[in-house]
Amino acid sequence: MLAKRIIPCLDCDLNVPHGRVVKGVEFKQIRYAGEPVDLATRYYEEGADEIVFLDITASHERRETMTDVIKATTENVFVPICVGGGIRKPEDYVNMLKAGADKCSTNTAAIHNPDLINEASKVVGSQACVIGIDAKRRYVENPKESEDKIIVETDKGYCWFDCSIYGGREFTGIDAIAWAIECEERGAGEILLTSMDRDGTKDGYDNYLNKAISEAVNIPVIASGGVGSPEHIYNAFTQGKADAALAASIFHFKEYSVGFVKKYLKKRGIPVRL
Amino acid sequence: MIVIINYGSGNLKSIKNGFTKIGEETVISQDIREMEKADALVLPGVGAFGTAMEHLESYKDIIHEHINNGKPFLGVCLGLQVLFTKSQENKGVKGLDIFKGEVMKIPEEGLKIPHMGWNNLKIVNECSILDGIENDYMYFVHSYYAKPDDEDIIAATTNYGIDLTAAVCRDNVFATQFHPEKSGEVGLNILKNFVKSIPSK
Repeated sequence: MLAKRIIPCLDCDLNVPHGRVVKGVEFKQIRYAGEPVDLATRYYEEGADEIVFLDITASHERRETMTDVIKATTENVFVPICVGGGIRKPEDYVNMLKAGADKCSTNTAAIHNPDLINEASKVVGSQACVIGIDAKRRYVENPKESEDKIIVETDKGYCWFDCSIYGGREFTGIDAIAWAIECEERGAGEILLTSMDRDGTKDGYDNYLNKAISEAVNIPVIASGGVGSPEHIYNAFTQGKADAALAASIFHFKEYSVGFVKKYLKKRGIPVRL
Repeated sequence: MIVIINYGSGNLKSIKNGFTKIGEETVISQDIREMEKADALVLPGVGAFGTAMEHLESYKDIIHEHINNGKPFLGVCLGLQVLFTKSQENKGVKGLDIFKGEVMKIPEEGLKIPHMGWNNLKIVNECSILDGIENDYMYFVHSYYAKPDDEDIIAATTNYGIDLTAAVCRDNVFATQFHPEKSGEVGLNILKNFVKSIPSK
């Protein structure tokens, strides 16, 4: 039986040699968590199923620092590696894969140039093309008056989901569910779905969002944003129908180990790799 | 020396890193002369069957010769699929035909395609590269699976709606649909088992 995946995410500031992993609440109160290679190795040893590196500076100038981090990590880490941030051209995918990564995640670049998904998936394969979607709820009074948007009924009323770019700093008005469907059609292999309402809150994932997207596409969905406890991860799988759960601060600051979370999930009947 | 065949496909660095981690030197090569001298060949691969066969055109003979000489051979992922006669992915393209059989599309039936992630093995026939492996989880990424004419070559299966071929073995030829180089410590043990099949080791 296919296991649900637990994926630690390393938000990397690459403005220092070797980079550093940071975590902030809505980009404020940045905390320093360690060096990317060290943390990735620790999570691998704890049983992480995959590791995501996000270059939060998303800068082309720091590409080399990121490829160095990937090269050093993959000497000792033998699970899939995904890299996001600053991936703009098919050759960026190729360079990251050459360094040892298995997948690349794009958000802003794909929204600006959706053909990138078609081109990149032809070059490196769909399995390497992850689309990051950062979505925010937009509540509506009357669902029938929003014909151009896909409306979801949530705990707090009807809403559609708005795609944001530039790490949540700008909104596009693009419907996240419709965009996810388009990404799949264009050749994306996976969706890394972050709730902008929940990110950094530790209130739990937005499982209305997770479920809506997971049921709209036939590719795996990684739930992200808002995890504060192992129970939240359990809910992402049961209520959110997610295929994988991404978490950062609960692992970075040793609130829970990857192994602890997986044992908890197994006890509650979720198939995980132990 | 173990030679990893570089035919312009996939993440070759990871499989090399896997062998390095277990203390085994490998070379990633496009050079047929180097392959001729190899104690063992590894055929990785990600991508489409048709494209892979196009790129493998110049290496077909050396692969057949290596296998016929009884030397250990390891195919990984697409490197397993191209060992078969043909594939539904690119009809009309002939595979290496080392194993008789067809590569089939995984039936959708409510399941997400590709079959991506960690799935556990069911060992169905003895095979030396799976020594010490039981129902362990391995990392898979694929939309097609091999269906051998001779089911006895299937060493392990994994269940995703139906039982999919996860590993095949016949004499000196080993192949896995999953990625041992991405399957943690258990995956590295499979690489170790493969190294043990090299007579000079």
